[in-house]
Amino acid sequence: MRLLVGTRKGLFIYAHGSAGWSVEKRGFLGDPVAALLPDGRDGKLYAALALGHFGNKLHRSDDGGDSWQEVTTPSYPAKPAEHPDPTPWSVEQIWSLEAGGDDQPGRIWCGTIPGGLFKSDDAGMSWSLNQALWEEPKRGLWQGGGYDWPGIHSIMVDPRNSRHITVGLSIGGVWQSQDDGATWHPKGKGLRADYVPPDIAGDPEQQDPHRIVQCTSAPDTLWMQHHNGQWVSHDNGNTWDELLDVMPSNFGFAVAVDPHDPMRAWFVPGGKDEHRIPVNGALVVNRTDDGGRSFTSLTEGLPQQDAYDLIYRHCLDVSPEASNLAMGSTTGNLWTSANGGDSFVRLSANLPPIYCVRFG
Amino acid sequence: MARIDFTPNLARYVDTDRLTADGRTVGELFDNVFAERVQLKGYILDDQGALRKHVNVFVDNRMIVDRIGLTDAVTNDSKVFVMQALSGG
Repeated sequence: MRLLVGTRKGLFIYAHGSAGWSVEKRGFLGDPVAALLPDGRDGKLYAALALGHFGNKLHRSDDGGDSWQEVTTPSYPAKPAEHPDPTPWSVEQIWSLEAGGDDQPGRIWCGTIPGGLFKSDDAGMSWSLNQALWEEPKRGLWQGGGYDWPGIHSIMVDPRNSRHITVGLSIGGVWQSQDDGATWHPKGKGLRADYVPPDIAGDPEQQDPHRIVQCTSAPDTLWMQHHNGQWVSHDNGNTWDELLDVMPSNFGFAVAVDPHDPMRAWFVPGGKDEHRIPVNGALVVNRTDDGGRSFTSLTEGLPQQDAYDLIYRHCLDVSPEASNLAMGSTTGNLWTSANGGDSFVRLSANLPPIYCVRFG
Repeated sequence: MARIDFTPNLARYVDTDRLTADGRTVGELFDNVFAERVQLKGYILDDQGALRKHVNVFVDNRMIVDRIGLTDAVTNDSKVFVMQALSGG
């Protein structure tokens, strides 16, 4: 089992051996690694670099991270002259990478800031912008959330039907396609946006999901950490139920779901909105085993005093066997848990700020 | 032909050996350079063909003015430097 960790200053690949986890390989030292994809279908690894001066670059390894080659970076088409869209048609950041279905070898989806979804059918050698979503008239209602422009941070390919795709946008809500991206529809009844006037607070395109994950064994169940709370859907994203009275906070960025149990999920609460640090300096992971009716705050192995770690949206992952959790923080702490979060072990306190963690 | 030098910081990623190229403007010069070195283009220009925000280009010791259209003039004797800005790190 491997754990890929993308940081502000490089990629670290951990391997699990008899002595536990240790760094097996390093890559891109000094460069920001913004997104990672270990493709379980063919073993290829993808790493998106966010170079401060020279833009975003996509690299692929066909040998488990021993060597990397730069493949093609998605790019937007030429913006027509006098086009009224204020959005820059240029990749500001590669924010999400996901593999297509088992019946789509070489298919990779890429979500970007400022909101374009890209598709490759040749393992990253060429890309096309999904025109249907980009030309969607309601895209004009999307906004930046944290970043200057909206972005796609979550891409879910339905394991029952690879042509059924769900994406999460901050800010732009939940969009679904049933036809491999030819047409798109906004979803999200029951969500609530407190940062817009009350009359439009329920509009789907005003929603700010911070992260959405899908249960692979029960794909109708989706879990969401939203700017204004936490929600779960059991009907494939059509309607959402808010999780109420969550302590110590219902704010945060990351969420993970047990791939074998749709009722079991993990969140990492943070002090709400204006603070974005652990409540009272104590880092906890919240786990529900009953579909969100109740939560247990897990603390063993996590700092409970003067901890100011923030867990970004791609920094909490659960292994395919559901036996391991991994979590990385803005202050370079990396933890794993082999028992569903009952206890955590800190692998490192000295990594650069962590942008993404993925088992694979 | 104008002479073009690239910041050594780019050498970590792509071939940046000094080269010469023809062109009456920075844009024409770059077109000729990138025709030979396709990968280099995305490091210097954004998706719309404008100079990246944190890259600077100097022609004969003057920073170019038109970062979007790249219309600043160059001559056959020009020395062009493509530099990494101190912003953006």
